[in-house]
Amino acid sequence: MPDYTTSELMVSRAAKELKNGDVVFVGIGVPSLAVNLAYRMHASGICMIYESGAVGCVPKRLPISIGDPCLVTGSLAVVPMLDVFNLYLQRGLIDVGFLGGAQVDRFGNINSTVIGDYRKPKVRLPGSGGACEIAALAKRVVITIGNSKRTLPERVDFVTSPGYLRGGRERETLGLKGGPELVITDMGVYRFDPTTREMVLVSVHPGVTVATIKDNIGWDVKVADDLTETPPPTSEEIRIIREELDPQGIFLRSKAS
Amino acid sequence: MAKLMTMKDAIASFVRDGDLVVMEGFTHLIPFAAGHEIIRQRKRDLTLARLTPDLIYDQLIFAGCARKMIFSWAGNPGVGPLHAFRRAVEQGKPGPLAIEEYTHFGMVLRFMAGASNLPFLPTRNYPGTDLTAANPLFKKVRSPYGEEDLWCVPALNPDVTIVHAQRADADGNTQVWGLYGVQKEAAFASKRVIVSVEEVVDPSVIRSDPNRTLIPGIIVSAVVHEPFGAHPSFVQGAYDRDNDFYMKWDAVSRDEASFQGYLDEWVHGLPDRAAYVRKMGARVGGLQADRQMCAPVNYGF
Repeated sequence: MPDYTTSELMVSRAAKELKNGDVVFVGIGVPSLAVNLAYRMHASGICMIYESGAVGCVPKRLPISIGDPCLVTGSLAVVPMLDVFNLYLQRGLIDVGFLGGAQVDRFGNINSTVIGDYRKPKVRLPGSGGACEIAALAKRVVITIGNSKRTLPERVDFVTSPGYLRGGRERETLGLKGGPELVITDMGVYRFDPTTREMVLVSVHPGVTVATIKDNIGWDVKVADDLTETPPPTSEEIRIIREELDPQGIFLRSKAS
Repeated sequence: MAKLMTMKDAIASFVRDGDLVVMEGFTHLIPFAAGHEIIRQRKRDLTLARLTPDLIYDQLIFAGCARKMIFSWAGNPGVGPLHAFRRAVEQGKPGPLAIEEYTHFGMVLRFMAGASNLPFLPTRNYPGTDLTAANPLFKKVRSPYGEEDLWCVPALNPDVTIVHAQRADADGNTQVWGLYGVQKEAAFASKRVIVSVEEVVDPSVIRSDPNRTLIPGIIVSAVVHEPFGAHPSFVQGAYDRDNDFYMKWDAVSRDEASFQGYLDEWVHGLPDRAAYVRKMGARVGGLQADRQMCAPVNYGF
């Protein structure tokens, strides 16, 4: 089996979540690598949209920011941000949005605003950017985050981006469709129970035990009956990530575990 | 009155203490030369609005120009936090900084409402988020055409909006290509507009390609010829984003002494952007964009 890093496994797992033909709202880092990996592996019909206004991007280098000039060159369209949010996102054209954050809770709510009280924050984070609207208006949301009691508390300090709120039908009652579908961490993968809407562990990464996961999450997380092991990245996926997508190791610095 | 002037005169004439100032440009075309001139002229008590405050507002906050910031994402893209912003919010340094927080969609709608002379615009966004409790200016309304509740954001009408662009004529008819961000909406929402450009061109150049005009001269107060005026951000077709600068900025801005050292050397220590470009020396050429020309179109009838 080839050597790979946990980040490479997360990129590979996130890429598998994308279908050919998906219209994807892309962020920087793991999401960007995942979408570009899917594009090269199995989903050449993916339409990449960046909130900066570039539509149908074919980046020739790894974009460092969501406004990188390489997203413009050769794209299908460049539109004002008003159009991105009104015509593409609110109109319902976005199939998948990728999001991260400082905290994700039991019901998939995301905090990227503050740790502590909003008026007297312990840590002031960057804020929503486009995350809130992606969480609210994309058809499916895939979340990537570290697996620890700090990053996966039972309840986030601040709901920046709505998941299933307090669970059950609360999200639908408020008129929101879609919702988070998958949470990929450095230890495992979670989906959401269709009734209670709480995160359920569905796969553990190679070498990680359920006990370790339970020690690194802020509530007594449920485990799926058909728990599996997350498939490691293939040699071809690792080659594409290292040689084509991030040759300078900007986002995935250490090359091997 | 002639609109073509130096950055020094444009800032002195059209930016006043206490103004609500917008310097837009989403990663692309951020008007850094204008920001540096505002710091040099020691403007005070500004309310700064921008989707992504970026390094430009971090520098204005550190320099003591800002009283308040209206924003939706405050970070150094792909690198880390904005350290002056964090120090201001977490520790009140160099002075207290009021914040008014939205999301990108919310900010875009605020500019569009202001530009359209409307009091607000509604969206399907925001149910369930804590942002609407953190900022009482979010208001919920019942649709007059059905049973739906929608959240609204209020119009934003800046005193002055500053944008950078590839080219304009001396009347301020301004053409942009590449990422548009929210410059058009911000400019139309604003009482005064300053445009700085890589190139001032003859009106015949603008008229040869009218579809590319983003901002018409009729809303522009001042035009500044300011080559390299967006560095360390980028100008499509002219120069690349200086990603190295953005990455190194993290260490420079983390420490208050080195932050001040940067401003002393690169802002207060220089008279204008032309001197900044000379000081950059060979690094300027290293950022020069490749040529990728578009297919010509026929405007004939």
